[in-house]
Amino acid sequence: MTKNLVHIGCGAGFAGDRKDAGGPVVDTLATRDGPKYLIFETLAERTLALAQKQKQRDPERGYSPFLEAYVRPVLERCLANNIRIVSNFGAANPTGGAKRILEIAEEIGCRTPRVAVVSGDDLLTVMDEKEIRAHKTIEGLPIGDGIVAANTYIGARPIAEALAGGADIVVVGRTTDPALVLGPLIHEFGWAEEDWDTLAAGTLAGHLLECGAQVTGAYFADPGFKDVPDLAHVGFPIATISRDGAIRVGKADNTGGCVTPATVKEQILYEMHDPSAYLTADVVLDITGVSVEQADDNVVAVSGARGKARPGTLKTTISFDGGWLGEAEISYAGPNALARAELAREVLSERAHERGSNAEYRFDIIGTSSTFDGGSAPYPGAEDPSPDGDYRVRAAVSCHSREVAEDLADEVLSLYCSGPAGGGGFRRNITAQIHTASILVDRNRLSPSVQFLGADA
Amino acid sequence: MTVVLDTLRLRLHDIAHGRSGDKGNRSNISVIPYTEAAYSLLLEQVTEERILALFAHKGASAVTRYELPNLPALNFVIDDALEGGVNSTLNLDLHGKTLSFMLLDLPVEIPLDRVQEFTQGRRQA
Repeated sequence: MTKNLVHIGCGAGFAGDRKDAGGPVVDTLATRDGPKYLIFETLAERTLALAQKQKQRDPERGYSPFLEAYVRPVLERCLANNIRIVSNFGAANPTGGAKRILEIAEEIGCRTPRVAVVSGDDLLTVMDEKEIRAHKTIEGLPIGDGIVAANTYIGARPIAEALAGGADIVVVGRTTDPALVLGPLIHEFGWAEEDWDTLAAGTLAGHLLECGAQVTGAYFADPGFKDVPDLAHVGFPIATISRDGAIRVGKADNTGGCVTPATVKEQILYEMHDPSAYLTADVVLDITGVSVEQADDNVVAVSGARGKARPGTLKTTISFDGGWLGEAEISYAGPNALARAELAREVLSERAHERGSNAEYRFDIIGTSSTFDGGSAPYPGAEDPSPDGDYRVRAAVSCHSREVAEDLADEVLSLYCSGPAGGGGFRRNITAQIHTASILVDRNRLSPSVQFLGADA
Repeated sequence: MTVVLDTLRLRLHDIAHGRSGDKGNRSNISVIPYTEAAYSLLLEQVTEERILALFAHKGASAVTRYELPNLPALNFVIDDALEGGVNSTLNLDLHGKTLSFMLLDLPVEIPLDRVQEFTQGRRQA
């Protein structure tokens, strides 16, 4: 009977998520009957390009820098309680990530896990740059010089294959985020390639889990409007999915946060465009018929996902060199601070443009309106800022050379002695930029494969 | 002469919540009423035209509103809302994560006899 329910928890919703989130999820999963899984989603579009660069410097690296922080605290408990781990923390080097996991197991002295490596998402191994560039990008923008990475979202089937091969841990590079959940469900329930409605339900479950605590009250709290208990210890989600695709979303025991129809609705629509056609490698998800209902304390039932045939193409993210971003900030506070901040901004703008650089600049006064402003147009709905206050002048530039970025930061620094009265708190940040574009590739060009390391390999 | 005040002007934030996401230079923002009964008011007042006007200073070129009566909720997809998107924007907020609250700043007219109903459900959300 228990085989009709699968429990899947999430321990990270992005690279940089809480390192202690997985513990309560594992402790809760350990009390459940039936197949149990823990996923970590750690691979944003640019993260993989950074990993690719790291691998070029050191062939052993290029997996997620967070792999160890996520795996080490829970590995022994997962292996002892038959909780299988599925994650895209393989990034640009799933084999390297798998080897590191085996080392961690040896270091902590637990049993040697059977680790599956899913590869085949690297488009550059099967298609040359010229052919990649012949594709039209989804965004309509050209692919720039200096391609760093081209990885294809390969879907859930290779993950299911890895699990069928007995993996305790599945290390993937690029795949769709929901595939981390759909893969285990395909393995447990044997959903066929054309079971569109159940595949859609599994994809929706994955979409709900993939951002971690974004479905359990985090990225939600708005005091006085949407109050969330104990956000400092927000619990990460655990979903229970049935063979027919019914989903119940809950969270780890003895944690903060909340799971309500409102938290679930915000996550359902997160990064969703046409709700009748959410494209993935495995199915096209239609959520227009989805409804949610509070089923228990901190448990929400989600039903009504429908599926349509998967596309014949797979999305591929191309990452390429994007020049430099230079940013620097300085603060003005107290009487007449706004006028002093505005003067600082004028000085910076005047000196930047006197250089005759054709780089693109932006100057903000943080504390008035900044993020709501357009590139050169202020936000019309902004309230008049107070003449006194606590304001921070921000200068930013996007440019091809590191020098131009450094120059702008130096100009902000020079305000210490050469700018308006009372400037303080200078900070700078110079970052190499990676740009991305997406193309659609014939799915038959990719042949994902699975290898095993560790126990009985 | 008597003036009858039959509606109260509030902000969308008083009766609905939402979240932004990004893909390239396109933003999507959900609008979810605290009370299901407020959904029809959102359909009437939170229109594609008004959202396009709200994002005009950012260079937005088109808005599509998707209706999800089952949840109920609206989903807005705003083209060219992100000053080039995470690739090229110089905005402090590369992904437009804060923009759900710009949308929730939109004024709405609430019938006086429904204000209590439409604003309840906050806090225990």
